[in-house]
Amino acid sequence: MINAEKILDALGDPTRRLIFNRLRHRTRSVREIAEGMKVSRPAVSQHLKVLKGAGLVMVQAVGTRRLYGIDMRGIGALRSWLDGFWDETLIAFKKAAEREAAKERKR
Amino acid sequence: MNEQRWGGDVNSVRKAISLNAPQDVAWRVFTEKIGTWWPLASYKIGKVNAVAAVIEPRVGGRWYERGEDGSTCDWGSVLAWEPPSRLLLSWDINADWQYDPALKTELEIRFIAEGKHLTRVELEHRKLDRYGTRRDEMREIFDKTGDWGRLLSLFARLAEGAST
Repeated sequence: MINAEKILDALGDPTRRLIFNRLRHRTRSVREIAEGMKVSRPAVSQHLKVLKGAGLVMVQAVGTRRLYGIDMRGIGALRSWLDGFWDETLIAFKKAAEREAAKERKR
Repeated sequence: MNEQRWGGDVNSVRKAISLNAPQDVAWRVFTEKIGTWWPLASYKIGKVNAVAAVIEPRVGGRWYERGEDGSTCDWGSVLAWEPPSRLLLSWDINADWQYDPALKTELEIRFIAEGKHLTRVELEHRKLDRYGTRRDEMREIFDKTGDWGRLLSLFARLAEGAST
């Protein structure tokens, strides 16, 4: 399980929020993330490590490049923490049961 | 959402929701098809990605997740199997999100037909006193809405960041 407090702490830093925002629409390399920012590439790498530790960012190797992107597990954990474990689970169940009921009515 | 809370018991969390589905469909989706809707991306305990959740359909059956590598992690067991109206499971996941067969908190789910296509589902997670000193922390996780104030200010800042 991913810790929601850890996620909030990771996003509590303005530079990390900026980095996280830059990954929202597509994956990027460290170089691309650092472009136009006032922080060095090693500093960006450090921030990425924290975001990764919180489950917000994941890395994939494409050839020799390492590309960073949003990890949806962190987003999911944050939502669960907001809703409460059983609220979120029941909402997911409700959607599935109603989908199934609608499907069976059509038969 | 049609969610309701009862106050009172510090050792239990209660939730209810109404579904536009017949009672038997609700039962079947909850049990047979749990793997299709359980939020496995965030609610799983194994090290690998979980691809399925399973409730074995009998008293004494296991309740577990299956990982993408075929490994399984138990969550608890079936204590009562009364289709299509009542399911009682043990929830044996401790405060560190590890399986502990000695934990034995209880999760009761009742399916109440309120109409041909309407079912009320009541969920109670009880015996939370078995979490000992971590009971309050766990009850918050199971029950509570998080700190909205902190999150809203966070998203406000994120939105500001995105627009620059």
